[in-house]
Amino acid sequence: MKQDAAKSLRVFAAELAIYAVLVTGYFFLVLHLLGGWLYRLEVQHRVVYAVVAILLIAGQAVVLDAVTTGLFRLLRRRWR
Amino acid sequence: MFFPISNSHINPLYLVVVGFVIGILGGFFGVGGSFIAGPALRLMGVDWNYAVGTDLAHIVGKSIVAARKHRSLGNVDLKLGMIMALGTIGGAEGGAQLIQALKRAGNVNTVVSWVAIVVYVGISIFMLWESHTTLKLHKGRTASDAKSAASKADHSAFGPVTKKIQGMKIWPIISLPTSGIQISLWTILAVALVGGFFSGFLGGGAGYIRMPSMVYVLGVPTHLAVGTDLFEIVISASYGTFTHAIKGNVDILIALVMHTGAVIGAQIGVVATQYFAGPKIRLAFVPLPLIGAAIVIYTLLTGHKL
Repeated sequence: MKQDAAKSLRVFAAELAIYAVLVTGYFFLVLHLLGGWLYRLEVQHRVVYAVVAILLIAGQAVVLDAVTTGLFRLLRRRWR
Repeated sequence: MFFPISNSHINPLYLVVVGFVIGILGGFFGVGGSFIAGPALRLMGVDWNYAVGTDLAHIVGKSIVAARKHRSLGNVDLKLGMIMALGTIGGAEGGAQLIQALKRAGNVNTVVSWVAIVVYVGISIFMLWESHTTLKLHKGRTASDAKSAASKADHSAFGPVTKKIQGMKIWPIISLPTSGIQISLWTILAVALVGGFFSGFLGGGAGYIRMPSMVYVLGVPTHLAVGTDLFEIVISASYGTFTHAIKGNVDILIALVMHTGAVIGAQIGVVATQYFAGPKIRLAFVPLPLIGAAIVIYTLLTGHKL
């Protein structure tokens, strides 16, 4: 039982470290590229911006959820 | 990092940590966490209108992750969530209209502040009494009962009143096999309307009202109420994000950064619900509305917006 908890904690810590690297890359690449375009869209086409905003946050939710779940599974299998 | 839409400079790490904390709360309690996210953004100098709209966008993303996780654990009643979303949107419009009327009357801040304090403190006192009484009543259970503590079977000291509400046979009666209840459509819509009204009136997703209402009024087991509330918040917060974005109140870049922290936090929160019985989750919920009340009292006394 204690071993299981320690293993889960180790997997989670590894997942967190890999996730942090991925997210840092995401900030600098994607957000810098999208920033200017989204700003112009917000100023010039509000309705399109509103739709894009919902699609972006929903899309990010699905992708990041899949990434974290996949990472967790992969790490658990490797350390089994 | 500069966010051009809201014209603000915020450390992205701060946003990730705020998102992480709100993610844990959302996954565990089924709340949007607007009572923390709004003031946290305001602390960094983001204007209130952006804080409210951006928080709603962030709630959409965070709730999608938490609702998906809850669904995989069998904690989402899709039929109930869809019906409630209709009532919530109607109620939210009503709440927003009342805000507009109070704005015209010139006393919006005072009225909303006092209503918020009464509602937040009232919910906390009631849930403290109910969960404490329930836990006391079930203290003398056998070991096998205790083993099933984290199961979806739920106990509540408010159970007899809930049974009476469920017994009101006003046509049409809706059967909800996932939640294990049969109840009038009008009761569900009334609960959703009230939740939506407070969402439009006090801001955020109003999970602090909807989650307890689902448990005590509709009789939905706590684990299912948390999951279904999150599913319903996805729909209602998307609607809120859209209307706020059209009015120029959403900085989606801030929401995206906050959400990266919330993804991990929400997963921890969801997994944690599996280790606690319903009354314990409700007891742990008690301080949350009190934090909201404390923030409102602080702004009333000092005149500062956090």
